[in-house]
Amino acid sequence: MTQTTRTHLDQLENQSIFLFREAYHAFKNIAMPWSMGKDSNVLVWLARKAFLGRVPFPVLHIDTTYEFPEMLEFREWAAKHHNLNLIIKINTEARARGVGYETHDPVTVTHELKTVALQQALAEYRWEALITGIRRDEDPTRAKERYFSPRNAQFEWDYKDQPPEFWSQFVTTAAKGEHVRVQPLLDWTEVDIWRYIERENIPIPKMYFARNGKRFRSLGCSPITHPIESAASTIDEIIAELEATRTTERAGRAQDHYERNAMQKLRAKGFL
Amino acid sequence: MTKISPQSAIRDPQSSAVAPVKVVFVGHVDHGKSTLIGRILHDTGSLPEGKVEEIKKACAAEGMEFEFAFLLDALLEEQKQNVTIDTTEIPFRTSRRRYAIIDAPGHKEFLKNMITGASRADAAILVISADEGVREQSRRHAYLLSMLGIKNIIVVVNKMDLVDYSEKRFHEIEQEYRKFLQELGLNARTFIPASAKDGENVARSSMKMKWYCAADVLEALDLLEPRKPDTDLPLRFCIQDVYRFDGRRIIAGRIETGTLRAGDQLVFSPANKSSVVASIERWNAPPTEPAVAGDSVGITLAEQIFVERGYVASHQDETPIETNRFHADLFWIAREPLRSGHFYDLRLATQQVKCQIVSIEQVVDSSTLETKTDGREQLERNEIGRLTIQTRSPLVVDNHERVPNLGRFVIIDDGQICGGGTIFGGVYTDRTVAKSKNIFWTEGKITPRTRAMRSGHRGAVVWLTGLSGAGKSTIAQSLERDLFQHGMHTYVLDGDNIRHGLNSNLGFSPDDRVENISRVSEVAKLMADAGAVVITAFISPYRMDRRRAREIALEGNAEFIEVFVDAPLEVCEARDPKNLYKKARAGEIREFTGIDAPYEAPDDPEIVVHTDEQTVDESVATILEQLLPRLRDYGNDE
Repeated sequence: MTQTTRTHLDQLENQSIFLFREAYHAFKNIAMPWSMGKDSNVLVWLARKAFLGRVPFPVLHIDTTYEFPEMLEFREWAAKHHNLNLIIKINTEARARGVGYETHDPVTVTHELKTVALQQALAEYRWEALITGIRRDEDPTRAKERYFSPRNAQFEWDYKDQPPEFWSQFVTTAAKGEHVRVQPLLDWTEVDIWRYIERENIPIPKMYFARNGKRFRSLGCSPITHPIESAASTIDEIIAELEATRTTERAGRAQDHYERNAMQKLRAKGFL
Repeated sequence: MTKISPQSAIRDPQSSAVAPVKVVFVGHVDHGKSTLIGRILHDTGSLPEGKVEEIKKACAAEGMEFEFAFLLDALLEEQKQNVTIDTTEIPFRTSRRRYAIIDAPGHKEFLKNMITGASRADAAILVISADEGVREQSRRHAYLLSMLGIKNIIVVVNKMDLVDYSEKRFHEIEQEYRKFLQELGLNARTFIPASAKDGENVARSSMKMKWYCAADVLEALDLLEPRKPDTDLPLRFCIQDVYRFDGRRIIAGRIETGTLRAGDQLVFSPANKSSVVASIERWNAPPTEPAVAGDSVGITLAEQIFVERGYVASHQDETPIETNRFHADLFWIAREPLRSGHFYDLRLATQQVKCQIVSIEQVVDSSTLETKTDGREQLERNEIGRLTIQTRSPLVVDNHERVPNLGRFVIIDDGQICGGGTIFGGVYTDRTVAKSKNIFWTEGKITPRTRAMRSGHRGAVVWLTGLSGAGKSTIAQSLERDLFQHGMHTYVLDGDNIRHGLNSNLGFSPDDRVENISRVSEVAKLMADAGAVVITAFISPYRMDRRRAREIALEGNAEFIEVFVDAPLEVCEARDPKNLYKKARAGEIREFTGIDAPYEAPDDPEIVVHTDEQTVDESVATILEQLLPRLRDYGNDE
């Protein structure tokens, strides 16, 4: 078949593969956080595209201990299906101190059980780079991200003084204790993700599809993640729903809205 | 009024399945870029529900008047400063198609963000305020757009309300700016008089400027033609990595330009080896032939030739240029200036090499286009220069105007991207007939010159001679450190590392001293022949021995540089760092140079330093000043 035109999805896929390969070459010690959410599963899929069927680095799940049971089932199944080298990390120290949604506010809990857990994993495994699934369209602060985004030793993101990035050249060095976030999905939108899941038939948790008039648009910790009213039970219906809606994707994620600029504060402290 | 070309009408161009057209907004600070963007988002109904109300509420809380620009300033901090600090990407759509806005800042300090944003853009909207007119950044941004290769430019003359919608004022600005753009080789399609604040000529024709009857901003955007795909350019497949996951060697990379098919005969540069593409590899994808510009693929080859990251594959009849010396225009965005002679890393596609700025021919003031040719040694932040660059190993390049992706590079210092350049004036040669005179291939015997090409300097023996306590060892160590920092291969031979090993069977009798120096001379020659800058630190009191050392070095084609480390005997004796003079005076050491053995000072040394008058740093500086040009002169100026 002679086919020289490329669709938007083809272009996004090619760009992501390129970024994966640049990251894998630049950093010897690299890992990929995997939340099992839709973007995260697209990321695993694109890694397999880049490395011809393999994910040649560890995949990290930060287990908050507030995971939906259905997600844990999916984790077990998908790790086998994709042949992942899965590392599961829990901030047991914080849980032992009693940090939890029952007693603490969501910003604190998210920080302790996600960001601090990630810091602990980084300290343990000394990864120079993390491949993350964030997208520019998710949130205004994420719109300012780079494909290769350095984080300092304090784990902070200096969004006021970011390195220039052009002509496919990136910051590919991390000083000791620092790491680089590599973000192959930066140019993708929520709708792109869905179209790609549909095109490639990528396995995702069933909770994204409507059951009894409700579905999850974004998945996080069970106590603070709420389903939206929806009848969308297929990807086509989800895309149609998204194209009609003007509310934001993370509207169902409580920690973003707990206080003014919550997301910015979380992210400056190292939240993905 | 928009004409839809038959090609884009094939599918619904509004569909999210089609890539949005990326538009960068540039222009002088406070000329209204953010206001124009806010207005476009508002008038196209692209804002999330409740966003305007949210910002209005926030403004009321802060006691400020609502402005369209605030819609963009999503971060609280930006609202405080009233300056957009970084690039963002915001989608909107017209009746024709989807767009993504890259909001670029006008603040002078944030040029690197503007470049980051603009480098991804398909088109640019350049905003000029009608009251202030063409300003410094209006010009600088246009210059950078031209370097970044963005040809589609729409100029919006904003704030027309402040000049009473004056047609005369609009034409003044248009005339002045059009002339400037033409000098850059840019062709602005459209000049639009507008008032973003009031929405005049943004999404609707202005009733206040009836004298203007061409396209408004949205219409002008819809008239832009999409960028021509790079499939028609010569093939450039840039290798990112070679994978051996399943026992097969898969060469992974991106096709920057052109097309690639299984069965194609490829030439790999810089090695000039060829092989046939056995297969194009993708995982879980339908076989698509050919692979085209933008595709990230893997390939397998029919013959197992050695290739690695950095190699560029092309077709036989359209090969790129291999060179280690080229001309480029370069913009510099780092705080530290670019310095001539300093070593940097250069990255071009997936290649990375060490490079040195040979000379800065011109510095262009990007806001006036005035060029200065005053023999500058450095390029300051935000300046643009025309340079000659030399790389340590051959680089595969194209002229920017022919194959943009292989004609542009970045300069890296200490891991940070400090500048970007475009290459011009390179000469294409027929690979099958001749090789470029600017490349030096290591076929057959490796000559001193080939080694020098690789390391950036020739091998040499720097022979320090002088009394005990004159400072030879101190200077040798310091000189070694400086040469090392200049990226040179260098090594010190002194009593410490020679007497204990190679010459451990030698004493201090006159015969043994001669033999000692003779062996040092031979070792120094071999190391210099291997490309190192060898620094020797021995008293070497006899003229004849030093002459012999010179002859030995010259036999090995190594440069020999005699450095007389001069200090009067009294000074050396007073220093007496190892108490040797004391012991010699006491008769504990016999035949000590300067006491009971002669020191024959050099008649005509290449370099003299006076350590009784000069500090160590000054002495080293004196040596470097004369040494470096000799080391770098290895016939690289053809």
